[in-house]
Amino acid sequence: MLYNNNATHIRRELLVKLASLAFQGTLKEKIDRVPLQMIPKGSPSIRCCIHHDRAVIKYRLMAMLGFSVERETDELRLLSSYAEEALERTEVEDPVLTVIDEACSACVQSHYFVTNACRGCVARPCVLNCPKKAIQMINGQARIDPSLCVNCGLCQKVCPYHAIVKVPVPCEEACPVGAISKDSQGKEHIDFSTCIYCGKCMSECPFGAIVERSQMLDVIRALQSGKPVVALVAPAIVGQFPGDYPQLVNALRRLGFQRVYEVAEGADTTIQREAEELVERVHRGEPFMTTSCCPAYTRCAEIHLPELKPYISTTKSPMLYTAEKAKQEVGEGVLVFIGPCVAKKEEALKSRLVDFVLNTEELGALLVAKEIDIPHCEPETLIETPSAGARSFPLVGKVSQAVAEKVQEIQVRPFVVDGIDRQNIKVLRQAAKTKPDGNLVEVMACQGGCVAGPVTISKPNLAAKKIEDWIRKSTVQKSAREGQEATQEANQEANKEANREKVPVGLGKH
Amino acid sequence: METSKDAKKIRVVICSGTTCYLMGASELFGLEKALGEPLASRITIEGSPCMNLCKGGEYGKAPFVKVNDALISTATVHKVIEEIRRQASL
Repeated sequence: MLYNNNATHIRRELLVKLASLAFQGTLKEKIDRVPLQMIPKGSPSIRCCIHHDRAVIKYRLMAMLGFSVERETDELRLLSSYAEEALERTEVEDPVLTVIDEACSACVQSHYFVTNACRGCVARPCVLNCPKKAIQMINGQARIDPSLCVNCGLCQKVCPYHAIVKVPVPCEEACPVGAISKDSQGKEHIDFSTCIYCGKCMSECPFGAIVERSQMLDVIRALQSGKPVVALVAPAIVGQFPGDYPQLVNALRRLGFQRVYEVAEGADTTIQREAEELVERVHRGEPFMTTSCCPAYTRCAEIHLPELKPYISTTKSPMLYTAEKAKQEVGEGVLVFIGPCVAKKEEALKSRLVDFVLNTEELGALLVAKEIDIPHCEPETLIETPSAGARSFPLVGKVSQAVAEKVQEIQVRPFVVDGIDRQNIKVLRQAAKTKPDGNLVEVMACQGGCVAGPVTISKPNLAAKKIEDWIRKSTVQKSAREGQEATQEANQEANKEANREKVPVGLGKH
Repeated sequence: METSKDAKKIRVVICSGTTCYLMGASELFGLEKALGEPLASRITIEGSPCMNLCKGGEYGKAPFVKVNDALISTATVHKVIEEIRRQASL
């Protein structure tokens, strides 16, 4: 649901409030009042009444404080008590998602429904084509008997008036691996043993019932602790905020981050290693290799596509390479990854290398709470300049392109699987069986790449354009600085061009 | 010529401060497309650094948009288009 909506507004407003209270040191005293401030007496209710709305706000805050809503044992326990616990914890834990049962509307099981647009036509293809004879004409309109219907959707396809609609359960429909389902009360539950943390259920639920457990408070505490705190900024973040990336770096420094690393630096290592690995594998006679930088994909393969596992690159993700470098350079510092991704939170937890993860909205909330306006920030001089290929990792097709451009020994034929959904899981399963139409398979869980991640502020097309503009601008600056190396670079460019012409890009789109 | 072509245009200023951006201003940059012709060619769209309207809450909530002198709070594409239409028909 990549458009403006109320659920998003409420979440962002709450994040800002929470961040402000935490920075002011008044979290414990004031947090219990937030649900009342958000929904004051007399305000129109969204759900049945304002009390229900307030209860949902309370649970949202509980998740924002880092807790699993499912684990609530005492309904009377106040937010201030949760805040107290959160302010003392030293570690964060998984799972990184939680379902607010009070917010889940227990949507009616996914079904087909005949609307009033039905004209009761003479042809009646719905009645004639239904394999289960589940459709009857009642009062001049078709009606589906739910006890007979098997949800095949044929009636919808054949209706000349488009009068039959599918009423889905948005979260279940969005989940590519069937990890979310109803309990006996009709409320949704996530099976965390099969969830791949792609975040699609969270983005699609119109009631905002599925939420992340935030680590924002832990980051604020780290920033206030006096310990060196380091930001690892995903390349997708460049497209998410107003202002230029060097201004965002300054904004992060004003927040208290001692150093800011571009995760694109690590992406350069990923490109190099993945290129070497691909050549090695192809020489060994393997038919193909898949990328490994998307943690939702690698987890998906781990659990749901074991046949694909031997083909996944063992190269680490850009986040991990950047984290290793940062750890070496700052020692005992606190490492905070910032990105638009849910699965990275899980990857960070498992890595025991990255301490916390902030998503785009949470970083936005910290900046707003501290009244730091990025367009007013001075641009910082960047220490490192990652390659254009590394900076374009969040754009679909660009990871395999960057790797292909690095390889000279063999012909690289990228095959891009743009987004993990049920259809593309079939494509991947097939790829493991028969050879795919390429020897380098790039898989991104989010259709469009990380710029279309589950927690983004900017529209994906605008974010992508911003990233491309930034790459162009920074490359011009870089080559102006390194004028003497220009000839060498031109040679490399010519090489890249040569390899680019060779590669047909097969988009695994549907 | 009394006025240049641009001076007659309706000036739309979208606040692109961090607060407005977080609260949905980034969505507003799709305005021109949503507006369509003939109105799209009668407006100019520009982004502005924080206009300091978000502090204190007296002007309403972010995101903020100005359509000539009219200030719109909690701006949505729909609200902005309505105001453009209103001014265009004057």
